[in-house]
Amino acid sequence: MTAPPSLHLVRLAVGELAPVTLTVAPGEVHCLSGPSGSGKSRLLRAVADLEAHDGEVWLGDIDQASLPAHAWRARVMLVPAESHWWEDEVGEHLPRAEASDLEALGFTPEVLTWQVARLSSGEKQRLALLRAVSLEPSVLLLDEPTANLDGATTRRVEAWLMARIRERHWPVLWVAHDADQIARVATRHWRIEGRNLREAPAWV
Amino acid sequence: MGVIELAWWQLALAALMVVALAGCTAAMRLGMSRHLLIAATRTVVQLALVGLVLEALFAAATLYWVALMALGMLLIAGREVMARQKRRLIGGWAFGIGTVAMFLSSFTVTVLTLAVIIGPEPWYRPQYAIPLLGMMLGNTMTGVALALDRLTDTAWRQRAVIENRLMLGQRWQAAVGDIRREAMRSGLMPMINAMAAAGVVSLPGMMTGQILAGSPPALAVKYQILVMFTITLGTGFGTLAAVAAGSRRLFDGRQRLRLDRLAAPKG
Repeated sequence: MTAPPSLHLVRLAVGELAPVTLTVAPGEVHCLSGPSGSGKSRLLRAVADLEAHDGEVWLGDIDQASLPAHAWRARVMLVPAESHWWEDEVGEHLPRAEASDLEALGFTPEVLTWQVARLSSGEKQRLALLRAVSLEPSVLLLDEPTANLDGATTRRVEAWLMARIRERHWPVLWVAHDADQIARVATRHWRIEGRNLREAPAWV
Repeated sequence: MGVIELAWWQLALAALMVVALAGCTAAMRLGMSRHLLIAATRTVVQLALVGLVLEALFAAATLYWVALMALGMLLIAGREVMARQKRRLIGGWAFGIGTVAMFLSSFTVTVLTLAVIIGPEPWYRPQYAIPLLGMMLGNTMTGVALALDRLTDTAWRQRAVIENRLMLGQRWQAAVGDIRREAMRSGLMPMINAMAAAGVVSLPGMMTGQILAGSPPALAVKYQILVMFTITLGTGFGTLAAVAAGSRRLFDGRQRLRLDRLAAPKG
């Protein structure tokens, strides 16, 4: 098996933010924080090529522009802060869900027969993470993945995510607000100050 | 058997009753009387003018004039398709997609019907060509307008769902697939309903007109069946083309949902 690729952002510019250059090595988690409206989500959308942008994004030696957009997004998987569902039943969105993953996230396999309409926002958020992870991407872009979860569930989801990330050696960009969470998961931490991305200590 | 002559004063009697209806709605403060009277006046003026145009066209009966008339009808229908959409594609695309879709379907089906099936001499004889094209365009216009309106409006309201599907690595065709199906349905349903109810619930207008004009009902029925099939063909292929082109236009080369290509609704 070839070595897992890193994620490179090269002078990536979208919105108000000054061009961003950074490299996320396999298995590293880079947290992004900053005031709301500072452009964190747009940056992730640009990395997933959902938003027009300047600059380049590379996954190992694959240029974003060289792949059809859907193939790029299947590798560079963005999980938005609010998930959306289009079929009636949960299971129709999760054809490849493993019982062990469901259990780790606090569900029984019966959740697959539930109607999407009865899910709480926290349940949706956890299932959306599982939905993305079960598609076997090469990179994860997480936009506040635990925003709707209580303390205990947050720790549980974090543990599950970190285990997956270490096992699959995914480079991860993780938008987070909570300083404790950043201290727990981040390899490096970037803060948006004004228009610029500045490295901040992960433990603050 | 000739048709009973209808004099203008007899029409005036019918008009008077419309005015009476407008009076009633005004009295009940339903806020409809102005619209009603304006629409009724437009009917009189537009139909009187088209009567004059048709008289002249039937007298001339050359291919150029028939083609010019057909082109005029097509452009007006294209404008109407555009006007009926709440969030239309900007940059002339709403007009362009609607008009090209109607041209491809209505014109092809009309010419085929005239040349191969009915076979008047010459094939563009305006007594056949213009009414047939008019019925085709009128119905195709409704189908295309309904379908494009449904497509763009639903895409607008479900933008987050579409984008979430894109994020999961789906192609744009899959991400917008449900919405395309919905749009096709709303474009074709009026025609399917009309065929299902024809003769049972409603007597189609063209057949009624032919019978009033003295045709034997059996012949009128055959023409009506032919016209309903051709209208369905025109509406179906027109809607298909419009939905395909319209949904493609909602995405760019990198399969991003581009709702900035839709105009904000007016009012």
